[in-house]
Amino acid sequence: MDATILLFLIQDGITNGAIYALLGIALVLVFTVTRVIFVPQGEFVAYGALTLAMLDTGKVPGTVGLLLVFGVCAFLSQLWNGWRDIDLARLGRDAAFNLLLPAAIAAMTFWLAPMKLPPWASVALTLVIIAPMGPYLYAIAFRPIAEASVLTLFIVSIGVHLAMTGLGLVFFGAEGFRARPLTDVTVPAGPLVFTGQTLSVYAVTLVSMLALSFFFHKPLFGKALRATAVNRLGARLVGISASLSGSIAFGLAAILGALSGALIAPIATVFYDSGFIIGLKGFIAAIIGSLASYPLTALAAIGVGLVESFASFHASYLKEVIVFTLIIPVLIWLSFAHGHTDEED
Amino acid sequence: MADLLKNMMNPRSMIFWLAAVALAVVPLIPAVPVYWVTLLDNIGLAALVVIGLVLLTGVGGMTSFGQATFCGFGAYATALLTTQYGVSPWLTLFVALAVTLAVALALGFITVRLSGHYLPLGTIAWGIAIYYLFGKLEILGRNDGITGIPPLSVAGYQLSDSRSVFYVIWAFVLAACVATSNLLDSRMGRAIRALRGGTRAAEAFGVDTARVKLIVFVYAALLASVSGWLYAHVQRAVTPTPFGINASIEYLFMAVAGGTGHVVAAIFGSTLVILLKEALQRILPVLLGHTANWEPVVFGAVLVLILQKWPGGLWMFVERLLPQSLAPKITADAAPLPVRSLPARGSNLLSLERVRKAFQGLVAVNDVDLSVRSGDIVALIGPNGAGKSTTFNLASGLLPLTAGTVSFDGVRIDGEAPRRIAARGMARTFQHVKVLPDMSVLDNVALGAHLRGKAGVLSATFRLDRAEEARIMADAARQIERVGLKDQMLLQAGSLALGQLRILEIARALCLDPQLLLLDEPAAGLRHFEKQQLARLLSQLRDEGMSILLVEHDMGFVMGLTDHIVVLDFGMRIAAGSPEEIRANPAVIEAYLGASA
Repeated sequence: MDATILLFLIQDGITNGAIYALLGIALVLVFTVTRVIFVPQGEFVAYGALTLAMLDTGKVPGTVGLLLVFGVCAFLSQLWNGWRDIDLARLGRDAAFNLLLPAAIAAMTFWLAPMKLPPWASVALTLVIIAPMGPYLYAIAFRPIAEASVLTLFIVSIGVHLAMTGLGLVFFGAEGFRARPLTDVTVPAGPLVFTGQTLSVYAVTLVSMLALSFFFHKPLFGKALRATAVNRLGARLVGISASLSGSIAFGLAAILGALSGALIAPIATVFYDSGFIIGLKGFIAAIIGSLASYPLTALAAIGVGLVESFASFHASYLKEVIVFTLIIPVLIWLSFAHGHTDEED
Repeated sequence: MADLLKNMMNPRSMIFWLAAVALAVVPLIPAVPVYWVTLLDNIGLAALVVIGLVLLTGVGGMTSFGQATFCGFGAYATALLTTQYGVSPWLTLFVALAVTLAVALALGFITVRLSGHYLPLGTIAWGIAIYYLFGKLEILGRNDGITGIPPLSVAGYQLSDSRSVFYVIWAFVLAACVATSNLLDSRMGRAIRALRGGTRAAEAFGVDTARVKLIVFVYAALLASVSGWLYAHVQRAVTPTPFGINASIEYLFMAVAGGTGHVVAAIFGSTLVILLKEALQRILPVLLGHTANWEPVVFGAVLVLILQKWPGGLWMFVERLLPQSLAPKITADAAPLPVRSLPARGSNLLSLERVRKAFQGLVAVNDVDLSVRSGDIVALIGPNGAGKSTTFNLASGLLPLTAGTVSFDGVRIDGEAPRRIAARGMARTFQHVKVLPDMSVLDNVALGAHLRGKAGVLSATFRLDRAEEARIMADAARQIERVGLKDQMLLQAGSLALGQLRILEIARALCLDPQLLLLDEPAAGLRHFEKQQLARLLSQLRDEGMSILLVEHDMGFVMGLTDHIVVLDFGMRIAAGSPEEIRANPAVIEAYLGASA
């Protein structure tokens, strides 16, 4: 293996790792705020990538239909679970957020899609379509049992993953798609060539992390989210709504997922079920970060990307085996580093 | 034998055995199409896996998304050995079990010490890795798998069709049902059920919770492996697909649909899901057209719905129709369990010397001395935040010391795990009651006798533990009578009032046959009348030779009862002496009432 190949593998690993970092951070965020181990995070990646690919061809993506379905289900779920203390103002708010918003987004997409938007506008539209799915999903599946055990929430999240993959097949079909790159710029650097897409991945990941960090420390929403993550009961006692925090966390997770999808779509062919495996690699990073630390998760994600890149060079047929076996030394390390079983008091 | 017959006459068991006989007749009826028999075979294969999952998830509070992977180990082990090396299928069963045992032990060992969600996360990632490996290895035929696996044969007769193999599959299911319910109704079974109540209470009564978790995980893996081994010989071919993550999720769905805590619910859940799957494959294309596959969508949505609306599973709807199970029989004349000899009255039983506990900068317990003489009731009192409970947890090993020594009966015990200290004869109750609400009072108390029995998993599954179990149950019943809870013995602990739960915890502690009882605020939340009863019980125990250390707020309760009082304030010992001395001590009065009093 010469230096050029080495550099190339490192570049490739960091590119993938940056995307896993976005996913890992979304997983840590959702877990700390809602205690949900959010397996369906990967589905947002597939939805985002496929939506972008559809928009590129000037078609209205299937996700628009999905968004409407999710909105109606969320509205019905809220009605069903909260009919006892319903009032007109709340009903109006729920209807506006769950019914009017997706309808407006759908109308906008029908209007914009045939215009063949420039790539950056397509990405923006993709995010607008996917983002509300996060809060809808939270309202449908998780909010009614927000106080259940981590284990129960985990199994629910597996059910959601199953349903979302199935819906992906129904709305996108079994065919894989690839999107246009954001730019055709290439930047040669010594033996390496950085494509515009690779540079976009780096830039978007960095900007997202800075934005998240700003969001957590400055606006009230962000502070509320951090408070909920530290102590749910305490946050509730000082008037922070746990369900609002949950909705925001899921919304951010949907945005980060769709963004990862939009970044991957020009690099790899994405199928309706590709998201699961991609999301799980984010999970390996999140587990190394003990499902708690953002910086550690981001670093670990780069590590996962590098291992994957070197594994695919040396033993490409065992790539997935090697990446997922990474979990074993990680668990051993966690077990000895803070091997405690107490979840009480 | 007579015992077995009597047990079978129990109306619940009778229904179970009648259902088993009815099921056995089904394949014999020529009018039943092969399709239905095959469906029953598939239900049986799934049920084997799901019984393990119910034990793991429903009873033990853990879960795994890797059960299909364990099926894969069983299936590939036999496929390889029978086709390549001509080994007899019955021999490969043991190889399959041995391979699975090794893998499950290794994986379990590294995850059981971590908090609950790492096990399922670990099994997902690891399950995917193994699934890819099955599909890549040359020796396992890559994605084409292995074909030409011989059918099972019994006495030279080949079981190559659905009807004949039916009996082998369901014999295994029946055996798994009986073994698992035997296991649950035993000393180890109580330890497994205690896992859901958190590890602290279980550890305080000597249960090695990490080991028990590992046992349950391995048990479930072995059942899955048997199912995979059977599957290979029924299908006569194996490919990676049925051992992937989606199959594992389906098994978990069956366990959730059936319900938690009942072995038969596992069969019920497997039946529901497999029938639902069949129904969907027929109905959905008619309703929604052939183009799309809605099955996973329906599966996912139903799974979420069940967990939201009926988290206990759907078996409870059947459960309501069944007769109540008979009350457990207590053999009052069972030979009593061996009893520890109590140390001579007045000898020094527990001594804490200059114990100190600092939480980062905060010194919660500051060089406190305390001793309990055998046959005394000693109270540790003080205002809120004085460090009483912390001192208590230092004595029982729940918290590690920063400095100082703790000795019990002349032996240094600081640094020992709570379950080792329990084994030395120190039993405790908890300030926040820790009982298992869905277990009977009797079973809750019997957990206290964990260290006085020896029976393990094997002797429990084969019912070789009955003599010991009768002695444990008799002792638990005796302790319940001793504390005056006889009328509540068979009720679920969750239905008791707080005062009764505190008494239950004392009975459980007594079941350990302790030399020293540690009671953490036993009178908190009790009404006046209940406090009087408790005081009577404690002085009765002292008269019988028991030594007691209690943490308490209620001065009135403590003054009338104790021999010796230690007062803490801000982590320091400010006074010690008889109740009269404490009552007159100006430092105590100041700590409790302020300087002006």
